[in-house]
Amino acid sequence: MQILYFAWVREKIGRAGEEISLPPGVSDVAGLIRHLGTLSPGHAAAFANPSAIRAAINQDFASPDDAVADGDEVAFFPPVTGG
Amino acid sequence: MARIAVQDAEFDTAAETALLTQGRTDIGAVASFIGICRADDGLGAMVLEHYPGMTERALAKITAEAESRWPLTGCTVIHRVGRLPPGAPIVLVLTASAHRQAALDACAFLMDWLKTKAPFWKREEFTQGQARWVEARSEDDAAAQKW
Repeated sequence: MQILYFAWVREKIGRAGEEISLPPGVSDVAGLIRHLGTLSPGHAAAFANPSAIRAAINQDFASPDDAVADGDEVAFFPPVTGG
Repeated sequence: MARIAVQDAEFDTAAETALLTQGRTDIGAVASFIGICRADDGLGAMVLEHYPGMTERALAKITAEAESRWPLTGCTVIHRVGRLPPGAPIVLVLTASAHRQAALDACAFLMDWLKTKAPFWKREEFTQGQARWVEARSEDDAAAQKW
């Protein structure tokens, strides 16, 4: 699956995205955040406070309990601040 | 069908207004909102990042919602991205309708929803060299929820 990072999530992780395989036992956004937080110190810093993170699945806003599947494009970012 | 654009370049408000109104005689009102980069606390520049693809998709949903709630003859949302100096225009919202109330209300609605439901992020760069990501404001969430 394609993972994308934006704003300070991208800065803390040090890259704009990565391709990963959905690990066994991970089925929703919250589980994916827990998994990604183990990948590197930068990931751990970015995902230290999951309540500060927003997500999108296939370019639609998603909730922590929304299901994720291999093949999805899942993005993580801070609350939006446009306009 | 709304006109939606995400671009680096400055927009031309007069040309965009003409696009909405030319050749029509059923429009009685065009409302506009222009968001401008304000120089708070020694701001040197604002850098706007977005999620290409999702941004356009989110703006299409928001404008479709406005068109379903008010009798608009058309609307335009143009949001700039990249590095913008203080004083630069950031966002343009135009709404056209037969009567002013629909145009004014739809314009306010579009800005309130755009601020909380479209994937843009602002980073402030200060003249002293520091930088920080702008934090979301609870007032913006409340404004979006009132609709």
